[in-house]
Amino acid sequence: MKRIGIDVGGTNTDAVLLDGGTILRSIKTPTTADVTTGVKNALAHVLGGADDAGVDVRAVMVGTTHFTNAVIERRGLSKVAAIRIGLPAASSIPPLADWPADLAAAVAGPVFLLEGGHEFDGRPIVAFDRAGMRRAAEAIRDSGVTAAAITAVFSPLIADCETEAASILAEVAPDVTVTLSSDLGRIGLIERENATILNSALHALARRTVAAFRQAIAESGLNGPLYLTQNDGTVMRAEEAERFPVLCFASGPTNSMRGAHLLSGLADAVVLDVGGTTTDAGMLRAGFPRQANTQVDIGGVRTFFRMPDVVAVALGGGTIVRDDPFAIGPDSVGFRLLEKARVAGGDMLTLTDIGVRLGLIELGDAGRLADVPVALTEAVRGWIGQRLADLVDRMKTSASDLPVIAVGGGAFLVPDSLPGVSTVIKVAHAGVANAVGAAMSQVSGESERIFYGVPREAAIGETLAAARDQAIAAGADGDTLVVLDIEDTPMSYIPGDPLRVRVRVVGDLAG
Amino acid sequence: MRELHYDELEALAIGAGVLGTGGGNHPHLELMCAQAEYRRGRRIRLIDPDELADDARVAVVCIMGAPLVTKERLPEPQSICRAVRRMEAHTGAPFDAIMSIEIGGENAFFAMLVGMELGLPVVDADTMGRAFPEAQMASFAIRGLEVAPFAIADIRDNEILIPRAESATRVERIGRRIVVELGSIAGTCTAPRSGAEVKAHAILGSVSRAIGIGHTIQAAKAAGADPVAAVVNGAHARLGFTGKVEDVSRRTEGGFVRGTVRLAGSGAHQGQEMLIAFQNEFSVARRDGALVASVPDLITVLDEESAEAIGAEVIRYGQRVAVILLAADPIMRSPEGLAVVGPRAFGYDFDYRPFEELAR
Repeated sequence: MKRIGIDVGGTNTDAVLLDGGTILRSIKTPTTADVTTGVKNALAHVLGGADDAGVDVRAVMVGTTHFTNAVIERRGLSKVAAIRIGLPAASSIPPLADWPADLAAAVAGPVFLLEGGHEFDGRPIVAFDRAGMRRAAEAIRDSGVTAAAITAVFSPLIADCETEAASILAEVAPDVTVTLSSDLGRIGLIERENATILNSALHALARRTVAAFRQAIAESGLNGPLYLTQNDGTVMRAEEAERFPVLCFASGPTNSMRGAHLLSGLADAVVLDVGGTTTDAGMLRAGFPRQANTQVDIGGVRTFFRMPDVVAVALGGGTIVRDDPFAIGPDSVGFRLLEKARVAGGDMLTLTDIGVRLGLIELGDAGRLADVPVALTEAVRGWIGQRLADLVDRMKTSASDLPVIAVGGGAFLVPDSLPGVSTVIKVAHAGVANAVGAAMSQVSGESERIFYGVPREAAIGETLAAARDQAIAAGADGDTLVVLDIEDTPMSYIPGDPLRVRVRVVGDLAG
Repeated sequence: MRELHYDELEALAIGAGVLGTGGGNHPHLELMCAQAEYRRGRRIRLIDPDELADDARVAVVCIMGAPLVTKERLPEPQSICRAVRRMEAHTGAPFDAIMSIEIGGENAFFAMLVGMELGLPVVDADTMGRAFPEAQMASFAIRGLEVAPFAIADIRDNEILIPRAESATRVERIGRRIVVELGSIAGTCTAPRSGAEVKAHAILGSVSRAIGIGHTIQAAKAAGADPVAAVVNGAHARLGFTGKVEDVSRRTEGGFVRGTVRLAGSGAHQGQEMLIAFQNEFSVARRDGALVASVPDLITVLDEESAEAIGAEVIRYGQRVAVILLAADPIMRSPEGLAVVGPRAFGYDFDYRPFEELAR
């Protein structure tokens, strides 16, 4: 089965063509302002110019930082009407209260707090205020806002108020796009509401971006379905991504780590992704990135998304080396490496130059480094080894030695042996690991439920069945599904010994 | 009496998390509420117990219920305010000040929110010096003061008063049942305490202590220093262990989350293992089988780098942590205190010894 993986970053668009696990072609091209052109350029290369090359491509998987960057840079966002259902409870912290002022200014539309919502055990807190919802819908219609976010108390357990509110809104203002918080799941009103509002703010951009991908793919003669990668290393159909762009947040580091796994064949290892400015270290467990412990801010907003546990240090191919006084970084020549570095004819001594001097890589004009003293190159070599050894040690959870996979354009800087490391693996195509990770993405399903007095095994079994159904509905091959994560959390101070169970499964895309 | 500065709110949240000993969490949502009140122009007035007149009337308050419910319903002071008003109506006399039943975790903030809502000062004291799971574990109850009358109220229009009860434990049990009916979250106000009673039987200065711990952590982080070491030095604590979470087992029994955390040592504790048992709060810590600390002393698990407290409900495999030990208040270490909050009261078959006398 042939697949194409594309990683559309802020600087580069990378693409790979895979046949099964074999990389047929790969390319790194500049990202273009219109997205479509850059993707088309990358596709033209991996398809090799033949008109019918794309005929047997089964799927195109795109990883993009577009939506994350839109939030971080506060551009391309729509104003959102925020509807919260939970009065007389859930009124003490208004929607968007903890958002950075500039982001709130870009996103905040009219806000409505309405009576309704549920207790955790399914009883209504008070009756849902339908008349109030109708008035809110009319106000939204008259305000000209085109997107809305609806969040009700305990909706991940009982979504009735949200679905009813959405149907009233659809009746009164049919052109307004809506996100229901229950579709994004997870208990925790503020974090869920934040994600719901961000999602609606990204709806218009998501439609434009996905349309640009579709156009590039169609114009390249491809007819396989389009998928977008999510932050957990799996993909969703483009139609789902248009509805839920927030699920694409932070898929970049995940794709790069998944690519490291697929290129090396190792499932448990530390990944060092050495770029131009930084080295990102992450930990692969069972082939997937270990998730961060803490809740993650996106552009200064708290959300419930779990992100890969990545630690970055200032060590990259463009990191600047100074001799007198001796100092390495933290500044870097960044993407201007190929004009600024000594070997490229520039006047800045970078870690790439040191790498060339040490014979780690052949690049540019090594003769321009004749005056660099051996004492300096050796000092830098020691510094790199020490920094990376410390970084690996921070990622490890046990004292036993682990393998390290080096990827990224600066992978050559990683020494062949490091303390606490069993082996250092450098893979071919390390520079496009992220596109490889996107191409090989799997499909997931997740379910979260609360059980009372049900034995743990039965509760997990029931939740697992629901998660499997969801994965199959999303395009997974049922025979390949494996459990990625089971979380069972007992809840204190609630009678009936409740158990909250969350199960996540992944499998290959059905052929 | 002094007004708390805006910056002290976050310090209080950090310190309350540390004193929560795994049961109370870092009160993030409560902090957001308090900050929103400050932006509206309200202020917390903290009153030193010494400034209370002997006949001053102090309302001792807390939120009772499931932490999970607060994550959806959001924290609010109104239900406690209704309970306070109900108590005033019952006793026929208004309150002069508000005090929290526990300084550990989310409840540290509710007294503050209520004080702002009702325009009353908040006493720099609590009744636990940490977090404990049940009402009879309060210093007033340990010293034999009645918990009843006891008022409970919710966010709707439900108010319940328990005028008399045979014991503090009975109030706790009746209260829990009522709170479940109200959606597993409600505001409570215990029997009014006089200024003299507070001065004699409360744990004094605990709000300032929490703020101090928070400041220590903030200052160390701002200076690029090790915040865990700073807490250990600044709060007269002991570093019990550093390591990574290897395993967590959890189950619920009668509303309690019980279980064990297993840590594999790192740094100075490389090669060693620590087991921490919890019953909502962390209750017993053993290193390589030797007892290191037990209730009522404070066993707190901090993120090794940020020094943010990690709760027993959320601690997970792979977290890198430091375990610090703090001395319980002398009231809790007294024979009457240990009868209610010592290891045997939590079902362990050994007698309490202060952690200072145990294995280092």
